[in-house]
Amino acid sequence: MIEGARWRRWIFFNLPLTLFVIGLLFPFYWMVVTTVRPDAELYRPWMAPNYTPFWTLHPTLDHIRYLLDETLFSRWMLNTFFISVLATAISLFCGLLAGYALSRLKFPFAGSLGTGIFITYLVPQTLLFIPLADVIRNFRLGDTPWALILTYPTFLIPFCTWLLMGYFKAIPRELEECARIDGATRWQAMVYIVFPVAVPGILSAGIFAFTLSWNEFIYALVFLSSPEQKTVSVGITSELVRGDVFYWGSLMAGALLGSVPVALIYSFFVEYYVAGITGSVKG
Amino acid sequence: MVVDSVAAVKSAKSYVAAPRRGPVTRILENEGWFAFFLLLPTAVLLGLFMAYPFIEGVLLALSDAKVGVPGNFVGLQNFAVLLNDSIFRIAVWNTVLYTAVTTVFKLALGLWLALLLNRHFRGKAVTRAFVLLPFIIPTVLSTFAWKWMFDPTFSVINWTLFHLGIIRTRINWLSDPGLALVSVIIVNIWRGVPFYAISLLAGLQTINPELAEAAAIDGARPWQRFRYITWPLLLPVTMVVVLFSVIQTFADFQLVYVLTGGGPANATQLFATYAYQIGVGTGLLGQGAAISLAMFPVLLVVVVVQLLYIRRVEIH
Repeated sequence: MIEGARWRRWIFFNLPLTLFVIGLLFPFYWMVVTTVRPDAELYRPWMAPNYTPFWTLHPTLDHIRYLLDETLFSRWMLNTFFISVLATAISLFCGLLAGYALSRLKFPFAGSLGTGIFITYLVPQTLLFIPLADVIRNFRLGDTPWALILTYPTFLIPFCTWLLMGYFKAIPRELEECARIDGATRWQAMVYIVFPVAVPGILSAGIFAFTLSWNEFIYALVFLSSPEQKTVSVGITSELVRGDVFYWGSLMAGALLGSVPVALIYSFFVEYYVAGITGSVKG
Repeated sequence: MVVDSVAAVKSAKSYVAAPRRGPVTRILENEGWFAFFLLLPTAVLLGLFMAYPFIEGVLLALSDAKVGVPGNFVGLQNFAVLLNDSIFRIAVWNTVLYTAVTTVFKLALGLWLALLLNRHFRGKAVTRAFVLLPFIIPTVLSTFAWKWMFDPTFSVINWTLFHLGIIRTRINWLSDPGLALVSVIIVNIWRGVPFYAISLLAGLQTINPELAEAAAIDGARPWQRFRYITWPLLLPVTMVVVLFSVIQTFADFQLVYVLTGGGPANATQLFATYAYQIGVGTGLLGQGAAISLAMFPVLLVVVVVQLLYIRRVEIH
């Protein structure tokens, strides 16, 4: 709490927080306004006297209609969804098993393998995209969704593993030992005892992995070429910008609608997202 | 008593059933083998799509491969070319500047926002949720909104600055070589601040408020309480967040690709955008792979620092 006079609270708390919120959210507001603004208003220079930046008196759905009827936008959405769901499922499966092994089992090189996972976690996509494009071509996966479904796990698995290791470490060993004494196999103890307790962590890792897949750009840009295979980000970038011509209304409509799935999941699972972020940097 | 004995009989039955196990189960009961099988899917995927491409990348960087042409081994020639490449030098300088400036601002603003959000006020949960949006929404999509906001003719930013009396004529945010990098930096800071704020907020919440209260009773001013109590306790989290963000920023691609494509006149060219331009745009795979790999030593240093730091914190 800020002690002292009321004005101090305004200067040191309300004012800066309001500025932060406005600054961070304004681009999204701008997306919405641009989406419903008719072209005649959209291409009115800011020097013009009748430039009304923050609202429009003639809202229109033309841009959304153009996006849905004249472009492959709905196809891109489906592609992105399909790819993100599968990549997330594969990564969660691998991450669960690997995270369990690295955090709860004793075996040779466990420590160095854990460090190895941490290092792969830090490898940015831009380091490997050129040779990886070559590898994808050799495996004959180029221009198919599998090029992304199989490569996204390279950055999702380390993330899921790292996050889940934190959750597994916090589960008391006695829980598992009891099950083992009662006759459960190692596999059963892991699947029926440890995994259910780690559900919050699994949820965090899952929605985060989904968001990261939805967000990915450079692999999708390089590995896919035909318009009907593209993901939302790449489709909008390449098909709604023709040479120097930007279809701004539809671009913003695409950006807005393309963000909706992620925003929806986010609004339902805010706490898990926060746990995911803080877990990803702690370990 | 009766209930207890029934339960005992039930569990006794399951004891009897348990020892019948097949050969697969017996192998899985061995801790080492169990770990091996659990790690196998991860090892296969990371091996095929990370380790193998990495080796492939090193080989590419040592060859003169082009799209459709396998290429021959040329040793370090690609790297020698880079040393004399003035655009590469610009890209290195831009990347360093971009990383350094954005990191300083993201840390300062992120910490400030975290301190604000660490107070009790009405609507705190909602505010926190909204503040994280720039980090959650796909970067390419939100960057397009910025690109539109930066448009010199239709810019709402120019309109606002003009009506606040700060500027007299229009500002060409993205097409002015001097301003383009500034614009890119602004968008990166905008996107990164929420990540810093939420991570640091989590760190702040682990600090016992009684420490600050005790210091306040002893007469410490707010600034002193921050300097001598909050900051030292927050340092471990801060270090990790900064190192993470440095790696991400250093290897950034999408933001610049959308806003300027590396232009005007390479004024915003970064490692990744230049690698893309040479490797994919021009089709010089060997040269492009070499540019990408040139990032590796820097990233390695950051990772090693991070590992050493985490180990040190774990020991204490």
